Amino acid sequence: MKHLLSTRDLARDDAIRILDIAEDMSEVSTREVKKLPALRGKTVVNLFFEDSTRTRISFEAAAKRLSADVINFSAKGSSVSKGESLKDTAQTLAAMGADGVVIRHPASGAPQVLAQSDWIDAGVVNAGDGTHEHPTQALLDAFTMRRRIHGTASRGKALDGVSVVIVGDILHSRVARSNLWLLRTLGAEVTFVAPATLVPVGADTWPATVSFDLDATLAAVRPDVLMMLRIQSERMNAAYFPNAREYSRQWGLDDERLALLGPDSIVMHPGPMNRGLEISAGAADSAQSTVLEQVANGVSIRMAVLYLLLSGEREAHA
Amino acid sequence: MARTVLQQTDIARALTRISHEILESNRGAGDLVILGIPTRGVILAERIGQLIAGIEPGADPASMIGSLDITMYRDDLSKNPTRAPSPTRVPRNGIDGKTVVLVDDVLYSGRTIRAALDALGDLGRPRAVRLAALVDRGHRELPIRADFVGKNLPTSREERIHVRLADIDGVDEVTIEG
Repeated sequence: MKHLLSTRDLARDDAIRILDIAEDMSEVSTREVKKLPALRGKTVVNLFFEDSTRTRISFEAAAKRLSADVINFSAKGSSVSKGESLKDTAQTLAAMGADGVVIRHPASGAPQVLAQSDWIDAGVVNAGDGTHEHPTQALLDAFTMRRRIHGTASRGKALDGVSVVIVGDILHSRVARSNLWLLRTLGAEVTFVAPATLVPVGADTWPATVSFDLDATLAAVRPDVLMMLRIQSERMNAAYFPNAREYSRQWGLDDERLALLGPDSIVMHPGPMNRGLEISAGAADSAQSTVLEQVANGVSIRMAVLYLLLSGEREAHA
Repeated sequence: MARTVLQQTDIARALTRISHEILESNRGAGDLVILGIPTRGVILAERIGQLIAGIEPGADPASMIGSLDITMYRDDLSKNPTRAPSPTRVPRNGIDGKTVVLVDDVLYSGRTIRAALDALGDLGRPRAVRLAALVDRGHRELPIRADFVGKNLPTSREERIHVRLADIDGVDEVTIEG
């Protein structure tokens, strides 16, 4: 594996391999010395053209636990705000000797451009590009599901037959897209639930069921996993639904809907949560909620990805 | 042209002797932790643990045996294709203050053991670390030697040693090729 740009082209064996390595990585965070020397002497650049604290510190923690050096580059207050192109930024990083680049960009496809260019010979990890993909989020979600379902016997397992309902802003969500491809690859069934205005054109061609009614879906599917997406107010520059209270009443996970879920069903949220909007405080803090596990697992997944991309010879199988 | 140098009974006999030697040098099974190095070292460690439990009535293999993955600590990570790590399992009571016996199938350059010592240092602080190897084939590149050896096999660097164990390979044998 040279780059991780998308979950769509990730083979099932490769996906399971990443999850298995993440199991080993998660053991490290339980020990006294939470560090491995595997990437000693390698440099990882976090190249963030879009605000993100959680994803950036998760990648930073992952790289540091593998003993890599980390350089954080955020576009705000940098040469990018002075008009530098992606090419010049990439060549600057190459000149500094970056071995890996973790990139988040508001334009869909920017990581792909970087990976296919000859500007820099580094492993590229997509940390979210526009409304396209966010592969490490999908991997950590799958990892979290696998652990809740299979427990300590998770290694080598996939998610065959697991039913996953993803609720919220499908239109803008790269998390939903990455999850769809990965979950299908791992054998899970995916249902999207959203207001009709937040379902993208072409969603009918996706290998997922699309519904506009949360209560009907919960009654019909009895999901193993209910994933609530964040209502991204920064992308809500059009009136997709009348107001927040109406959204919450129709598509939010409140305490009554939580009570209808089976006792083994899990509730996921990629964070940051809008409590009271898409998820109630009761649901977010319930035993079924995996929100904090997802954060912890995120570090393990990103360690696994960085390890796979950056250790080993940089052979020419690109 | 593979030649068998140890057969099943030879391996069983060597492991029994190693188990007795471990107990003798440790004066019993108290505070003993046996960590196998994946892949085949783990199986050897389990066998030694069972043998020790058979010799010392009070010894509990489950609280004594574990595995120690050294993939992340190798000094040749960047010179080879990426390797997938194996799980590390340490007995519940940890390794602090214990006598740790590392178990590997073949002792060769000594680099695996150097990596294992580094890995061990990140898990805790044992009272002492010992090394058991089923086969010592020489050609050390580091100042490391085994405390318990199944068989010393003088080899040339061109020859290849294969340790096969029934749990993985269906048969217990050590062969030399080349």
